Amino acid sequence: MVYLTRKAEFSASHYYHNPAFTPEENARLFGKCNNPNGHGHNYTLEVTVKGAVDTRSGFVVDLKQLKDIMNREVLDALDHRFLNKEVLEFLTQIPSTENIAIAIWRRLEPKLKSAKLHRVRLYETPDLFVDVFGEEDRGPA
Amino acid sequence: MKAHLTRRYMFSASHRLHSDDMSEAENQATYGKCNNPYGHGHNYNIEVTVSGPVDAQTGMVCNLVVLDGFVHREILERYDHQNLNLLPEFVAAVPTTENLCISIYEIVKRGFSAAHLERVRIEETMMNSFEYTGEASC
Repeated sequence: MVYLTRKAEFSASHYYHNPAFTPEENARLFGKCNNPNGHGHNYTLEVTVKGAVDTRSGFVVDLKQLKDIMNREVLDALDHRFLNKEVLEFLTQIPSTENIAIAIWRRLEPKLKSAKLHRVRLYETPDLFVDVFGEEDRGPA
Repeated sequence: MKAHLTRRYMFSASHRLHSDDMSEAENQATYGKCNNPYGHGHNYNIEVTVSGPVDAQTGMVCNLVVLDGFVHREILERYDHQNLNLLPEFVAAVPTTENLCISIYEIVKRGFSAAHLERVRIEETMMNSFEYTGEASC
């Protein structure tokens, strides 16, 4: 089994707000992230796939295909968007780093054919990142 | 779906690697420049990884303000700009980054209950890093 990781970057704006909470609760819980006009990040995405190395091609996955899937399914939808207003998943849930990573997993996983998605890692800043390993999370190993 | 959240922190501290159980020659051979009696220092980058289900109300594994508050109070205030050799946990143990990693893991494990602690990772320099995930996984 070999693990292959491809990186990408996108920039997007968001804010954290739960309409079920009072304005005071939202402000207390989410702090500066609750500003309704939004704020932005340069997100760094790492997509790790795993699989056996194909004996003919020497590849775990065709990188061009992986790049195309990442562009089509994730970057075209999220890059330079206001996530709360323009991305389906976040019309009804908070676009936290956790939820964005899960949404990216769910967008990519069904589209990958030859290699299996192992991990989605999403950096919101260099000091904060989230990993997801799918529904059957067995952790990093 | 479960998510693993990692937060990075930094502190600066000095230490000297020296074991009272070894002769001077053995200490020199084992620790090399790190055995310099006057000590030396590092900028330690700490990664704390916690995991759990994402709360449907908040979108979070745990509130970052709570995690940051705990780590600042219990880890950074304890270690930043200190000589590690003088701290109680390193009176009997050599303040290697392995032992520092275990000490920090134990403090977080004991005191932080808002999410499950997965691991503590420390970069002592850009070239050296250490991880501890608890006894059960060893």
